[in-house]
Amino acid sequence: MVITPQLSVSIAGVTLANPIITASGTFGFGREYAALYPLSELGAVTAKAVTLAERPGNPPPRVAETPAGMLNSIGLQNPGVDYFIREELPWLKAQGTIVIANVAGSTVEEYCAVAERLSDTEVDLLELNISCPNVKQGGAAFGTTCENAAGITAAVRQHCTKPLIVKLSPNVTDIAEIAAAVVDAGADALSLINSLLGMRIDIETRRPILTNNVGGLSGPAVRPVAVRMVWQVRKRVTLPIIGMGGVTTWEDAVEMMLAGANAIAVGTALYADPYAPIKIKDGLLDYLRQHEIEDVNALVGAVAANDK
Amino acid sequence: MSIVVTRCPIVKKVAPRKDLVDLTLQCPEIARQAAPGQFVMVRCADFTLRRPISICDARGDLLRLVFEVRGVGTAWLAGVGEGEALDILGPQGKGFELGDPARPVVFVGGGIGIFPLLHACRSFGANATVLLGFRTAAMMALIDDFHAAGVELRLATDDGTAGHHGLVTELLAARLDESPCAAIFACGPRPMLRATAEEALRRDLPCQVSLEQRMACGMGACLGCAHKIRRADGSEIYAHVCTDGPVFDAREVVW
Repeated sequence: MVITPQLSVSIAGVTLANPIITASGTFGFGREYAALYPLSELGAVTAKAVTLAERPGNPPPRVAETPAGMLNSIGLQNPGVDYFIREELPWLKAQGTIVIANVAGSTVEEYCAVAERLSDTEVDLLELNISCPNVKQGGAAFGTTCENAAGITAAVRQHCTKPLIVKLSPNVTDIAEIAAAVVDAGADALSLINSLLGMRIDIETRRPILTNNVGGLSGPAVRPVAVRMVWQVRKRVTLPIIGMGGVTTWEDAVEMMLAGANAIAVGTALYADPYAPIKIKDGLLDYLRQHEIEDVNALVGAVAANDK
Repeated sequence: MSIVVTRCPIVKKVAPRKDLVDLTLQCPEIARQAAPGQFVMVRCADFTLRRPISICDARGDLLRLVFEVRGVGTAWLAGVGEGEALDILGPQGKGFELGDPARPVVFVGGGIGIFPLLHACRSFGANATVLLGFRTAAMMALIDDFHAAGVELRLATDDGTAGHHGLVTELLAARLDESPCAAIFACGPRPMLRATAEEALRRDLPCQVSLEQRMACGMGACLGCAHKIRRADGSEIYAHVCTDGPVFDAREVVW
């Protein structure tokens, strides 16, 4: 029997044509990759983080390759939420894909103001970035304790009429605790993981390679950590999870969904292969056909973990 | 112009010296639209990041890439042989705005920065003075190619083993003292670029410099390859070498 598996998934009441999303910060506002393929091929595009005012970002060098991955410390460079709404969002929405806006800031008030402005737009979902490791204030500071994570989620919830995804930091002792706290505070969905804090040093100059000294590690190197964290969070919460962290191939996507993700995001893999999300989608479809699985949602959390 | 990702075979591979590789690729989609000063992103095995490599030359369907082996990525690339294919993304970036080739112009290149100048200088022929600086004579490259382009070539080495004993920017000052120059185009190490830009500024000459920065996506999306630029209103911002550059007006570069 040849089946046509159904790829669509639902994240907080929003239907995505397929579970392949691009990760925030790796895909700009979509224009660059739209030169290569229609963005409507994707389940959703997560835009680069926006803050209330324009941000210059960190001094370079901002990126460095690592074994099976890379470090970045972009520092939330962005043109500000108003520019995004005015100059980028209309175009992005016209591409026929679901748009997730990523919200960042230095203070709770700033997050709330950005979320409020985005609530009056065509954005489909908001992703609260409380896990950026590369800025002095805000960012990960909000995402590394249950109290702060719940506090900012509850505050933004009051200012946000869109479905709210909270993006979690892996740089914590127990991510499931943080996940439970933000769910209780009103999150509609979770995305995880953001990058792991890392560092590289030039042994000749004895200087860090990144001007910011440290940066976020991403790529295949972090994938097992991401799979483990998605699995731990899935055991704790029932809300939709967008799994991300080193997803490079369709096999990785299947693994992430089996661990408990309802959708997956592709980030760093885009840099070696801009077509990675499309290839992952095609491979996922083939996998479902081969295994005669009619609905991709059947994979979610379907790992048969060992008793212990 | 449109960016493409394409697999293209290596039709010729030469190693002018141990750590230098000179590849010619059959790559019509990129070669036919490549402008001088642009670059390509080359996929290297399973490495996370592509390697940005400047386009040394583009003639017909052939794309020429010359690169120095610097690390694990380029070491892998150096092992790919004739007949094998590479995965190339490009052409990318804002190249040199060369203008009227009937004007006298000067190209300044240093070290591995000389490679994109070959493509850029050719249309000027004898109107171009090409000044190239190397650490030592053994590091010189593409000399025959520059001669074949019909340009006036002057050389400098840090140790005096070939050409002028000293800096290429000393050759630049001497050349500018001799005769008129309508524009300067430079690619090379940062101190050389800065000295070239300052020389041009002192003489009020238009100057374009090709910058380098650690790069990730090479598409303008990740904002990794930042370089500080001064806007017309005096404010300073981080531009991105991959798509705002790699070539910038020297007056706007914040060194």
